[in-house]
Amino acid sequence: MIDPEARYLRTHEWAKEEGKGIFAVGLSSYALEQLGDIVYLELSEKGDTVEQGGTFGVVESVKAASDLYAPLGGEIVEVNHAVSDNPDMLKEDPYEEGWLVKIKASNPSEFEDLMDAKEYKQFLETEAE
Amino acid sequence: MPYISHTDQQRAQMLAEIGLKPEDLFSDIPPSLRCRPLNLPEGLSEQEVRSRLAAIASKNYIHLTCFLGGGFYDHFIPAAVYALTSRSEFYTAYTPYQPEVSQGTLQAIYEFQSVICRLTEMEASNASLYDGGTALYEAMMMALRLTRRNKVLVDDSVNPIYRVMLHSYTRNLKIELTETENAGGLANREAIRRALDEQTAAVIVQNPNFFGCIDDFTDLAEAAHSKGALLIVSCYPISLGILKAPGAMGADIVTGEGQSLGLPMSFGGPYLGFMATRKEYVRQMPGRIVGQTTDAQGRRGFVLTLQAREQHIRRDKATSNICSNEALCALTALVYLCLLGKEGLRETAQLCADKASYAYQRLTAIPGVRPHFPAQWFFNEMVLDLPCEAAEAAAKLIERGYAAGFPLSRYYKGMNNSLLIAVTEKRTKQEIGMLAEELEAIL
Amino acid sequence: MKLVFEKSAAGRRGLRIPKSDVPTSIHLKKEYLRAQPAALPELSELDVVRHFTELSRRNYGVDTNFYPLGSCTMKYNPKVCERIASYPGFAHLHPLLPQLRGGGMLTQGALEVLYETDLMLREICGMAAFTMQPMAGAHGELTGIMMMAAYHRDRGNHKTTVLVPDSAHGTNPASAAIAGYTVKTVPSDEHGCMSLSALKAMLNEETAGIMLTCPNTLGLFNPHVKEICELVHSVDGLAYYDGANLNAIVGKVRPGDLGFDIVHVNLHKTFATPHGGGGPGAGPVGVVEKLVDYLPVSVVVKREDGTYALEYNRPKSIGYIAPFYGNFGVILRAYVYLLMLGREGLERVAENAVLNANYIKEKLKPYYDLPHPGICKHECVLSAARQVKESGTYALDIAKALIDAGFHPPTMYFPTIVKESLMIEPTECESRETLDAFIEAMIAIAQKARTEPETLKAAPVTTPVGRLDETKAARELNIACL
Repeated sequence: MIDPEARYLRTHEWAKEEGKGIFAVGLSSYALEQLGDIVYLELSEKGDTVEQGGTFGVVESVKAASDLYAPLGGEIVEVNHAVSDNPDMLKEDPYEEGWLVKIKASNPSEFEDLMDAKEYKQFLETEAE
Repeated sequence: MPYISHTDQQRAQMLAEIGLKPEDLFSDIPPSLRCRPLNLPEGLSEQEVRSRLAAIASKNYIHLTCFLGGGFYDHFIPAAVYALTSRSEFYTAYTPYQPEVSQGTLQAIYEFQSVICRLTEMEASNASLYDGGTALYEAMMMALRLTRRNKVLVDDSVNPIYRVMLHSYTRNLKIELTETENAGGLANREAIRRALDEQTAAVIVQNPNFFGCIDDFTDLAEAAHSKGALLIVSCYPISLGILKAPGAMGADIVTGEGQSLGLPMSFGGPYLGFMATRKEYVRQMPGRIVGQTTDAQGRRGFVLTLQAREQHIRRDKATSNICSNEALCALTALVYLCLLGKEGLRETAQLCADKASYAYQRLTAIPGVRPHFPAQWFFNEMVLDLPCEAAEAAAKLIERGYAAGFPLSRYYKGMNNSLLIAVTEKRTKQEIGMLAEELEAIL
Repeated sequence: MKLVFEKSAAGRRGLRIPKSDVPTSIHLKKEYLRAQPAALPELSELDVVRHFTELSRRNYGVDTNFYPLGSCTMKYNPKVCERIASYPGFAHLHPLLPQLRGGGMLTQGALEVLYETDLMLREICGMAAFTMQPMAGAHGELTGIMMMAAYHRDRGNHKTTVLVPDSAHGTNPASAAIAGYTVKTVPSDEHGCMSLSALKAMLNEETAGIMLTCPNTLGLFNPHVKEICELVHSVDGLAYYDGANLNAIVGKVRPGDLGFDIVHVNLHKTFATPHGGGGPGAGPVGVVEKLVDYLPVSVVVKREDGTYALEYNRPKSIGYIAPFYGNFGVILRAYVYLLMLGREGLERVAENAVLNANYIKEKLKPYYDLPHPGICKHECVLSAARQVKESGTYALDIAKALIDAGFHPPTMYFPTIVKESLMIEPTECESRETLDAFIEAMIAIAQKARTEPETLKAAPVTTPVGRLDETKAARELNIACL
């Protein structure tokens, strides 16, 4: 499942514009499937700043741990503690309730650098090869 | 040929069956990279090797009556310890990556983690680290990660070998490691409080400290916490039979050398580093951790858990590069503690303290022999000042059959006459009395 | 099975502690004492013996049966090594004795063992000197990288990066990172070896060195390894040899001859000391002449009069990486092993280890995918990709089914560059009969994957517990019985 509204990084993070230069950021359902059961999620704190491609947290399953990369640079203005307390929520609704952080972009045009849903779909097909 | 079972005929058959000639096996290596025949001796039979090694072993002076400590002690080891740990199902196994065939190792590690928590009064322990020194280094690195700060304070009453290890390991890192000078044999409160600031990640102390002095770090824990720093305590597990546990003082990370728990001194290793912490810090704790779980039928079992912190998954972002533990040594410590039990460990610790106290009385009765830190309490090790150079006195006592202690001048300036003397439960009243007589005789 | 704590009964004793023979009974200041004795279990000696005997029976070791765990070299651990390590002359020796005045003379036997082992390792690896101190392979890596840093500092080099191949053990990047370096990964080429062109593109003035396992974790010997070392030297970088797979080439190829500057060897792999369920091991590190000054304090030297001494005055040394002389008991076992084998025996090691790996590879080739055909060294890497496609049987299922057949599984899912990998390392010790029985079991499992894959999913059924819920373990995090 791919959210058509969102744009994507090759590392499977998505971003969606919420207005006023604020973007919600999460993990694609493909990434969540690959990870398996998530046992731990650590997110940066509100007020932290992050660059595009910088890390804003770690997601950990039994067999893997991955850094979370920011699709856009800026200030983290909100953190979804509900998902870090209960990572199962992520799989149920990865693109809405399962957002991880909200970033106030310092340069909103970075959004354009990301893959759109169609490009991401193609990317996933090449990944599966 | 020892330890190879193929006969020449079998080798030839095997090669023929897979369509290879003997020289094919290394045909992928360019001939120019092959080495000349090694210049090593001919192999020996078991009978020859045993007699040769028995002769080599006899050159080591193990019959000295041992009052040498310094963090490594001559304690009694019950026979059942070796009988159990030498079962080859334990010692010829690998890391328990396949839990269904490794429940022995895994449950033992879980029980080891539990006894370490109970001894130190902490919430979480790992499966062990290489030794007490590297455990202290790992604890320091853990505190730096947890606090995201770059300064560390260490009191000079911490084992000097461990302190020099901390300096060696941090040489290429951007870490400011400051030593405070002990105050009258205890960690220097005033200096530590003065140096503690918003960039301090941890304060490192030891109990009993290298001088054998006992301390209570409750006030230091509070001082560290008030600045957002952590308190790291290195400790001597046998002393925890009677002494207040670091957890009860408010320590955040506790480490120690586990050699005293049933491991022979073996000229420095293999030993056992242990580490315990608060549950909230467990994801930054290095090393293996075993957790309890169940199988599909609901049967209890144990697995390696939180592996995503470790090098085989996290590679350059792992909490540590450590890839093993000292599993067999951890098993040894667990068996030892189970044999002694709750009362046995308490009695052993009390016996050490009583004998050390007797040695103190006997030795300080010698004219000219005085305690270096008269105001302090000690557990089983003490610093005595002699009326002569301690290194000289120790050398003379070796000739009389006594490893009388460790001269402190090697690591502490101005302590040329100071001798660090350890007394374990193995030392008898007679041996202590003889040491006193011999010491008096050479002074 | 019950935990040892669940077998405890208040007041039961396992060991009688002797009565005090001294007149003193010290009452320490109350604030220094614990309120309650530590809550250790209370058991009789027989209780303890039964508990740990039962635990041992829930374990599988080399002495149980074939243990073809790739990359781990699970060879036989000779009993004579255990016996000698328990000689009181070694076991009861206090490590501080040599630091007493004239104390070196009290430990001549132990120093001789360290010195002689060092000499033999030098000859085997083509190095100028070894430190015996590192207590594991990963500890050796860190020691080696610290020496690399000291070398560059001394030469005024500004180096920031260590290169590792994508097939490397995780310890390589982790060791370089904790020593303060940035790690960059060099991809493998289609033959499974490090890509020379990628390496050339990544090498620059910031390269401190490279870490290589040779043969690599696919069991392949890179024929360009000498060229790689020369390329690294051309930017004044150092080449580090990870000795995890030395068993494949011991006596045939010396890392020093290939151009490596730093080598660690795993005594618990190539030199037959027991793995102990995950340690203790030992990871001595050897260096070429230009790095000898950086070896850790202390170093054992032989004096003109034939006696041995510890050298502490080493101004360029990286300092102390261990309190004393390493895991002496482990080093001693390896020394005994080397004496037993001798030159000729050591040469047979690699020959038979490589024969056994190729024998298994060729016999299983029809039944499993083999991503890198051709001669392998001491281990072969198969893939269960075919089984996944045909019946949804994963490498994990095959591994668990092997347990029911009485074998320890191979390493699975490593190296990660092969999908569904099964990495099989038989070692030189195993008999043809054992290898044939294992091959037969693997073939039977491949057939079952076609005909009744569900039985493989249920495996193992012969063990005290079945497959365990790792997610539950990580989420509930019960790691101590308090």
